[in-house]
Amino acid sequence: MMSVSSEAELAEYVAAADAPIRVIGGGTRGVVGTQGALSVAGVSGVELYEPGALTLVVKAGTPVAEVEALLAKSGQRLPFEPMDHRALTGQGGTPTVGGMVAANVSGPRRFQAGACRDSLIGVRFVDGRGEVIRNGGRVMKNVTGYDLVKLMAGSFGTLGILTEVAFKVLPMPETGVTLILRGLDDVTAVAALSRALGSPFEVNGAAHAPVGMGGAPETLLRLEGFAGSVAYRTDKMRALLADIGAVEVVDDSASHDAIWAWVRDVRGLSEGGDDIWRVSVKPSDGPAVVAAVAPDGALYDWGGGLVWLRVAPGTDVRARLGGVAGHATIVRAGAETRAQLGMFHPEPAPVAALTRGVRQQFDPKGLFNPGLMG
Amino acid sequence: MQMPAPDQMVIGRKDRIVARLQEVLPRDAVIHDVMETRAYECDALTAYKCPPLCAVLPETTEQVAAVLRICHQENVPVVPRGAGTSLAGGALPTADSVILGVARMNDVLETDYDNRFVRVQTGRTNLSVTGAVETDGFFYAPDPSSQLACAIAGNIAMNSGGAHCLKYGVTTNNLLGVRMVLMDGTIVDLGGAHMDAGGIDLLGVVCGSEGQLGVVTEATLRILPKPEGALPVLIGYDSNEVAGQCVSDIIQAGVLPVAIEFMDRPCIEATEAFAKAGYPMCEALLIVEVEGSPDEIAHQLDLISEIANRHNPVEIRQAADADQAARIWLGRKSAFGAMGQINDYMCLDGTIPVSQLPYVLRRIGEMSAEYGLGVGNVFHAGDGNMHPLILFNANKPGDLEKCEAFGADILRLCVEVGGCLTGEHGVGVEKRDLMTTQFDPEDIEAQLRVKDVFDPKWLLNPAKVFPLAATQARRTVG
Repeated sequence: MMSVSSEAELAEYVAAADAPIRVIGGGTRGVVGTQGALSVAGVSGVELYEPGALTLVVKAGTPVAEVEALLAKSGQRLPFEPMDHRALTGQGGTPTVGGMVAANVSGPRRFQAGACRDSLIGVRFVDGRGEVIRNGGRVMKNVTGYDLVKLMAGSFGTLGILTEVAFKVLPMPETGVTLILRGLDDVTAVAALSRALGSPFEVNGAAHAPVGMGGAPETLLRLEGFAGSVAYRTDKMRALLADIGAVEVVDDSASHDAIWAWVRDVRGLSEGGDDIWRVSVKPSDGPAVVAAVAPDGALYDWGGGLVWLRVAPGTDVRARLGGVAGHATIVRAGAETRAQLGMFHPEPAPVAALTRGVRQQFDPKGLFNPGLMG
Repeated sequence: MQMPAPDQMVIGRKDRIVARLQEVLPRDAVIHDVMETRAYECDALTAYKCPPLCAVLPETTEQVAAVLRICHQENVPVVPRGAGTSLAGGALPTADSVILGVARMNDVLETDYDNRFVRVQTGRTNLSVTGAVETDGFFYAPDPSSQLACAIAGNIAMNSGGAHCLKYGVTTNNLLGVRMVLMDGTIVDLGGAHMDAGGIDLLGVVCGSEGQLGVVTEATLRILPKPEGALPVLIGYDSNEVAGQCVSDIIQAGVLPVAIEFMDRPCIEATEAFAKAGYPMCEALLIVEVEGSPDEIAHQLDLISEIANRHNPVEIRQAADADQAARIWLGRKSAFGAMGQINDYMCLDGTIPVSQLPYVLRRIGEMSAEYGLGVGNVFHAGDGNMHPLILFNANKPGDLEKCEAFGADILRLCVEVGGCLTGEHGVGVEKRDLMTTQFDPEDIEAQLRVKDVFDPKWLLNPAKVFPLAATQARRTVG
């Protein structure tokens, strides 16, 4: 593994490069192999943190854990609740903010607080010519020029190598509880989640595990806020869902946190060597996807719209989606399956042409992660 | 303000171009009479006007595609237009351009409460998107102050915000998918009712691209359940600095207000004279609004009042009901109208880091004295998005130019303290030539390269966003 310790060094390296560069942050997400890769973990450190302005600017190699600890000291957090892929991918290493942004990693709060890309307000990156490009900034409302910030989030290092990222952060809530409904079938569970999310009670976690932490179906809702609000909304939610099932309340913070970390990191599906896929559909399509693809290995997040699937190695999940609109991404699979099926969902021809064009413009030498993303 | 010289070859071919457009559109959808095209000579930045070659009002995505194919073949620049409410001149035509208005495409195509989205044609107005779902308890969150008139197409082009984006985000955070037509007539779908891009986030760069990458004809928008209620508290201070500190303390206390609005003394005085909202006369007024059930609202307002009290306010007025809330909002909502009573005004839109607020307001005051032009400040304090209103007399020769110079200085100041030129209005033609103060040439070049991909001939809204010098070589191609 090669590494650089500054943006200038990175820019120089890229400008002179004439062979493909596989880019990694901490190498925890299993997107590209770490062997022979270029790591930017050394470009690390907090540039600016203003709690009163909800603003954080950090270098891309900064560990996510370091950022979360810093924010916690001021009672703040990253709104999008980034997952830690290590349980699923079995990789070692330390997740970095650059890797998190490059993969647009979000967790259960995504449907309410937005994805990583929605909290990202600024980037610096080195493009395929070795030039340092800035876009966005450190303020949360900014429409000056094109939003390359969004383009960079989730581009998996194919457009440029991130060196610095800026976020809008949010205050942590005073308290939170988990509401559990037990024993629901998938269709009923997603309907229950939809009903909860259609209420004004600001549910910010909505998941269903056909096989929950207790081994049986668990439908999970999260409420966060001031203690009085949470108590009030718990009662409202209980009444709202009364005809579907009894609501059990988990209010000790350790158990509550553990439940959502379990959902976030998809720990229920991590055991064994089967392939893991991540499918994004509209929530009501979730149960049909699970029934068609992996009735025995699924987890629903985002109210049913994010479906995690555990399937036999080599299974082509996309071929079984039956025309449901959305996309399916490989998160864990062997090299052969990745090569054969591709990590990312193929795009319709005109969209693929735009993607190719943008990539060609940002990386004319074709240096960055060739073969990834079409 | 300079615009590129119109292509006389295109103007000379007007009859042929109009005839071709008439072949693919309903009879009344091609407006080419010289008097009638004047309806499209400007948007809400009325200082600049130029009638287009013609205007077209297609009714379907396929008609949009047919129009663009013809313009692409004929090398005619196209200026997309929503409702024409841009304050930045985003829809300002050139004499050789076709205005492509989406105003006739305003249907709701799909409403799905289980999955919490609506799919609409983009000519629909912002407020009428909420109007289509509010009886069922939902709303569309971005709420630019022109929301009664402005179209979703323009909201997407400018990535519009509003007063409530501290909690709900701006357009890009509430946009799930689009159907758009590229300049060569290709129809593409980006995103959909599901979340996040399956590949590179092209939707993310289309939103806010000011009609330069494609014409968006349909949008899938996230809708949210309406909160149970909302009430504001009004807080007055004798110093901008202290008001700024109060905002910062509220944010840090873990309350996430749905809006924090700030008005300075000139603005308070003007609105008080105009709307008689009963505001206290002081240096800075904050209006902080929170949402929830009555108890939740009371708890948050108490917390905010307690924080505000630590800073020695001139007055704190907590609204107890809708009536009192309306009185508190009355002045703020009539602020622009009030300033307009005094004189013509130009509304700016820079964003600054919240911590720079006192310094920036002080500097704006000093510059106001130097230029001899009055200025009032209204802004979204939670996110640092300022709206200085510079007063000038449009009938006085030289005043507009002086006002523009003052505005440019304020925007340079915003950039200097770590902010940006525009928080929600867009660059358009208004701030085009200031882009180099915020971006290095390589930063601009990277953006131009995106347009090269979507619109290689540079025909879509080509004279906007970037300094003309930076796009010269590209615009003359094709």
